Amino acid sequence: MKKLLSIVLSAAMLAAVCSGCGTKTNDEAGTDTGNTIKIGVFEPTTGENGGGGVQEVLGIRYAKSLRDSVTIDGTEYKIELVEVDNQSDKTAAVTAAQSLVSSGVKAVLGSYGSGVSIAAGSTFRDAQIPAVGVSCTNPQVTAGNDWYFRVCFLDPFQGTVMANYAGVTSGFKKAAVICQNGDDYSTGLASYFKNAFKGDIVYEGTYNTNESDFNAILTAAKAANPDVIFCPSSIATAGLVIKQARELGIECAIMAGDTWENETIIQNAGADNCKGVTFSTFFDENDPAAAEFVTGFKAYLNADKQNLKLNGNSDGVAAVSALGYDAYNVVLDAIERAQSTDTTAIRDALTQSDSVGITGPLSFDENGDAQKDMAYIKTIEDGKFKFIGTQKTDGAFTPVE
Amino acid sequence: MDAFLQNCLNGISIGSSYALIAIGYTMVYGILRLINFAHGDIFMMAGYFMIIAMTDLMLPWYVSVILVILATVLLGVFTEKLAYKPLRSAPRMSIMISAIGVSYLLQNLATYLFSALPKSYPTIGFLSQKIVIGNISTSLVTFITPILTILLVVGLVLLVNKTKVGMAMRAVSKDFETAQLMGIKINNVISMTFVIGSALAAIGSILYFTPRTQVYPLAGSLPGLKCFVAAVFGGIGSVPGALLGGFLIGLCETFIKAGRFSEFSDAFTFVILIVVLLFRPTGLFGEKISEKV
Repeated sequence: MKKLLSIVLSAAMLAAVCSGCGTKTNDEAGTDTGNTIKIGVFEPTTGENGGGGVQEVLGIRYAKSLRDSVTIDGTEYKIELVEVDNQSDKTAAVTAAQSLVSSGVKAVLGSYGSGVSIAAGSTFRDAQIPAVGVSCTNPQVTAGNDWYFRVCFLDPFQGTVMANYAGVTSGFKKAAVICQNGDDYSTGLASYFKNAFKGDIVYEGTYNTNESDFNAILTAAKAANPDVIFCPSSIATAGLVIKQARELGIECAIMAGDTWENETIIQNAGADNCKGVTFSTFFDENDPAAAEFVTGFKAYLNADKQNLKLNGNSDGVAAVSALGYDAYNVVLDAIERAQSTDTTAIRDALTQSDSVGITGPLSFDENGDAQKDMAYIKTIEDGKFKFIGTQKTDGAFTPVE
Repeated sequence: MDAFLQNCLNGISIGSSYALIAIGYTMVYGILRLINFAHGDIFMMAGYFMIIAMTDLMLPWYVSVILVILATVLLGVFTEKLAYKPLRSAPRMSIMISAIGVSYLLQNLATYLFSALPKSYPTIGFLSQKIVIGNISTSLVTFITPILTILLVVGLVLLVNKTKVGMAMRAVSKDFETAQLMGIKINNVISMTFVIGSALAAIGSILYFTPRTQVYPLAGSLPGLKCFVAAVFGGIGSVPGALLGGFLIGLCETFIKAGRFSEFSDAFTFVILIVVLLFRPTGLFGEKISEKV
């Protein structure tokens, strides 16, 4: 009896799995008709990075709503977006990438988060489909992969920019650096900061994943009396570090990288404690160069309640949405320049990109990384993010008017 | 010097929250000879209960604290009735595996109910007040934690040694069957043990999460393991031992992190476990093992 039951159950499970894949491929393969070009959107809309991933998708959808076709040799091709969810998970990312490949996309946009992009990179490379990363900042995404590009800046750049902002612009002489042991993003940024910082590094500390008590590390940092603490970390760690530092009576500036542009941090650390917290990011909605995009995107968000909800019930423009918008346009430009739907031709055209997007220049170096020369510096004031200026790697700082 | 004092203060403070959780391990072990691996997750659930009470239901902190303790106690007793009681006559290994199962169940339940993203722990106004003495700056909770812990431990030792319930507990821990024959209702005694252990875990969670304001489904797993080490270090089965073990683990951890070896702080805790098990398996205050023949 038990044996029979187990056979029936496993048969049922197998059937469920098969029917699941079946419908998916049918949907995606069935629409490949007429003059359309499919572009894959490879983003996490669920999981750890679901919130940020959705904001990137919104930027891409908005870009498509403005420009939904390309002309190749006098023939108009409609653009069709094929969206897959990589679930912020490295295993699911590979499956999602394979489903994009089998649905016949000509180019891929995404992702938010470097880990999933690194995991899926070889799938796109083997299928010879060009991919344009949106906000994955780790050098490994494009390194050794001729098919992966990206529109955002990299961690080495970001670390240098923050070192310049701290050392040159703010005139700090002594820095304490705290990073997460074994985390590529955190240790990478910290070491680039250390290399580029003009003053002295008076303290270096590391903490383990899931650490929740930073008192000991911060006490040691405090004893070294730094002018600034540089602590690139995840959103979860940020709130704890800021709060515990202020409770220990550390009043100096605290700086970090792009992950800190998230309001959860202010909620967790408390608005008063966040005073003097500064970080670099990709874009600011008050930047005059992006005014047209910002007005248009806000209208797009407000036109549909669903979009507003996906954007966290606010019509604030996230930096990642702007990057998504730029990524979409850079791919369409490349298709037009290539005058072909051949993926190799599109890839070659991408390497020749030479436009300026709303997040800065969009030409790629030999690795496929956007050649950005400035980052947007933001600080937290009265519990809100405030754009204070742009910082270049050569030390030039342009404050906002 | 300032840094040294500050580290001592931090170490004692985190050590006392460890001690409160370690007592839960030690008491259950003393009575049931069970290492309750789900204890760390009960501590984590207490953190979520506080968030529900104060953030979602907007209750004042004193009502919330009472509710959290009650809810955690219910959860603890419920776990015992559901997952451990039916296995009372089964081999000890089965009940231990059941405990590991409950631990995973609670973690995944929390992920399902509250998502894996860290949730912000509510602030209890007066506990978070900043206190500055000379060059040392900390929040009030850092001072309150060790004081409250020592008071609770003294109370608990009195309860075990001076009251009828305590006598029943000691009797059950000495010999299960004989105690039953003498008319002790062992189910009540065991429930009582879980009530005390869970209540202390709830208080420990309030003291632990107030300065470390993030709760996530795995928030209880590492502290839980460290407290287990604290309980073994102090001598599993002994309440004052758990207190001392908690303090020592907290202090060691803080000083290792303050020195330049923060990567090894967790490793060190578990090295202590191995060393204790190798050289003094009964811990500092543990009962002498006498093999029954």
